[in-house]
Amino acid sequence: MPDMVLRLKDLQTHFFTDHGEVPAVDRVSFSVGKGEVVGIVGESGCGKSVTSLSIMQLVPSPPGKIIGGEIQFKGEDLVQASPKRMKQLRGNEIAMIFQEPMTSLNPLFTIGNQLQEAIRIHRKVTKKQARIQAIDLLNQVGIPRAEAIIDEYPHQLSGGMRQRVMIAMAMSCHPDLLIADEPTTALDVTIQAQILRLMKQLNEENNTAILLITHDLGVVAELCDRVVVMYAGQVVERGTMREILKQPKHPYTKGLIRSLPKLSEREQKLYSIPGTVPRLGVGQVGCRFAPRCEMAFTRCFQENPALYELENGQTARCFLYDEIEREGHPDGGKTSIGSKGT
Amino acid sequence: MVAKPLLEVKGLKKYFDVKGGVFGRKVGEVKAVDDVSFTVMEGEILGIVGESGCGKSTTGKSILRLIEPTDGEVTFDGQNIASLKSEQLRKIRRDMQIIFQDPYASLNPRHTVEKIISEPLLIHGMKHAAERKKRVRELLEIVGLNAYHASRYPHQFSGGQRQRIGIARALANHPKLIICDEPVSALDVSVQSQILNLMEELRDAFQLTYIFIAHDLSVVKHISDRVAVMYLGRMAELADKDVLYADPKHPYTKALLSAVPIPDPDEKKEAIILEGDIPSPANPPTGCAFHTRCPVAMSVCKEVRPTFKMVDQDHYVACHLYE
Ligand SMILES: Nc1ncnc2c1ncn2[C@@H]1O[C@H](COP(=O)(O)OP(=O)(O)OP(=O)(O)O)[C@@H](O)[C@H]1O
Ligand SMILES: Nc1ncnc2c1ncn2[C@@H]1O[C@H](COP(=O)(O)OP(=O)(O)OP(=O)(O)O)[C@@H](O)[C@H]1O
Ligand code: SF4
Ligand code: SF4
Ligand SMILES: [Mg+2]
Ligand SMILES: [Mg+2]
Repeated sequence: MPDMVLRLKDLQTHFFTDHGEVPAVDRVSFSVGKGEVVGIVGESGCGKSVTSLSIMQLVPSPPGKIIGGEIQFKGEDLVQASPKRMKQLRGNEIAMIFQEPMTSLNPLFTIGNQLQEAIRIHRKVTKKQARIQAIDLLNQVGIPRAEAIIDEYPHQLSGGMRQRVMIAMAMSCHPDLLIADEPTTALDVTIQAQILRLMKQLNEENNTAILLITHDLGVVAELCDRVVVMYAGQVVERGTMREILKQPKHPYTKGLIRSLPKLSEREQKLYSIPGTVPRLGVGQVGCRFAPRCEMAFTRCFQENPALYELENGQTARCFLYDEIEREGHPDGGKTSIGSKGT
Repeated sequence: MVAKPLLEVKGLKKYFDVKGGVFGRKVGEVKAVDDVSFTVMEGEILGIVGESGCGKSTTGKSILRLIEPTDGEVTFDGQNIASLKSEQLRKIRRDMQIIFQDPYASLNPRHTVEKIISEPLLIHGMKHAAERKKRVRELLEIVGLNAYHASRYPHQFSGGQRQRIGIARALANHPKLIICDEPVSALDVSVQSQILNLMEELRDAFQLTYIFIAHDLSVVKHISDRVAVMYLGRMAELADKDVLYADPKHPYTKALLSAVPIPDPDEKKEAIILEGDIPSPANPPTGCAFHTRCPVAMSVCKEVRPTFKMVDQDHYVACHLYE
């Protein structure tokens, strides 16, 4: 594959809690190409945020720890990188925005202070020039009255405005990769539309690759080129946005898409996946989805399915696709397929 | 059977005082709900949508008089709620229930499920413990839980299960109307569809009437018979759901519907992207509250507040384009 910006290989991030070891990210592999938008979707607690925190090397430790795997960023393994090196990369070559921008904006400094500081880290400019550039950035992300807003504090702005400030910050450093963890989940739909448009601009105009974490498949359809579906800490399916939304292969992905109420159709009764997401534990045997899967058969409760690759390059962690791969993989995704970018 | 109105809301207003200064004096007011009127027919599901802060929850709570409305009339089952004394109000509350977005916050963490569900039974006169116990078990089964769950505590349940407990509690005394305030907003998609199906089944089984408040337009479309759109404390539009989604008339409804991301790459549509933020309800724009963001605003819109009126068969809109 050409020009990978990010490549995760068998990433394992576990939490060591009073209630035992939690494999929050369990041998996760995927890649993000230059200028590409890749979505990670999955239900609450499936490991999306821990995956993004692992990439940034921001997993709270203890209790969390990366216990295996690689995170290649432009050829450099971030798992091995020093804290000093990570500090250089963060907010520089890798930018991030979170669901609640308040957590990443300092409440004690004005918007201007923070934006100018970000600009001056990357460019040799005077304070005055930085201020002009900051106002320009705020205008670019559609903040009205930028000249006044620049001297206000984060709490004086609405949620949508704060998220736009975060995007302005990300734009200021021309990152190769933007990690966006539920950037629009807390926002209203008309404000979400503004933010999605901005992210698209950032991607198209600066060729910034985006790793977009969301549980909203509508947002995926708007923005993503490829999609990684996670369930209970594992990647269960990978494919292009169209493949995942139109021809999902894994029974979980299929169920997820069928459960959505549609705006355009009139259906009598919604499909629903029975049961609830399982609790994570180490050494579990069998497919994680088996207790809820309509297609489950004996083998599903006895062995761990690997990620099987289909002819079109789509991959699914499900025995139904085990025509090519005959032998079982008792340790889950440890196959050559797992390390190939979708 | 001809449907008859179960609930009639006329000119409902709720203004919250904004206090400030050293003495905490009133310095202004938030017009959370500002002259809202609608009718809910027996057995129907009326959806209310709108963005954060537009007054959906305040409308719901004012109807139940969980907060005192500033003005307006609420008639439930022929009785004017505003005039009821506390004893009568207690009686009528048995027929009107509410369930919330975060069931965790509304369930006492130190009480077992048994105690949580039997409390309303006791309040409304079910004196025998054995009878209550039996009813609790029955309710748990109705909402898809098991009798053995009765002895557990709220933290031992998932979000979806907690919402089921909240529903069981609301059903305890055979209500007629349930106000559902974002009942599935905090749930994952796969669990959300379980709860939506349950709520529809219960409506059919017990001839319930719902006011279903949510900000997810697809969810509201799925479950509702009619849908009301609110903006800044006011009604913008109200119509049969199929009419509203196929032929929205109010410019805000149009923008709102077009902005919903559709999880299907073959259904790409041009979004009407509104500029600017939602204004503060403490200082709402003059005239039409939407004029600061409306792509087709006219000069009259700044001056005159449009009335909410019928522009087509059972299709209500508040917009000067249709005056
Ligand atoms: N600090 C922590 N200590 C212990 N366990 C944790 C911690 N942070 C996360 N986990 C566990 O890791 C798992 C994955 O959590 P994560 O936050 O990545 O989920 P998510 O997919 O982002 O969910 P959501 O959609 O709710 O944001 C969860 O089961 C969670 O319990
Ligand atoms: N107790 C209160 N005191 C003062 N202002 C209030 C109070 N409750 C609500 N408000 C204000 O009234 C307005 C309407 O609030 P409400 O909670 O009804 O909105 P909502 O439509 O339910 O929003 P959401 O979708 O966020 O739940 C908001 O501006 C809110 O800040
Ligand atoms: S491996 Fe078995 S249980 Fe798992 S998703 Fe496939 S069919 Fe279902
Ligand atoms: S009344 Fe005027 S500003 Fe309001 S929605 Fe209609 S056209 Fe737009
Ligand atoms: Mg998360
Ligand atoms: Mg509310």
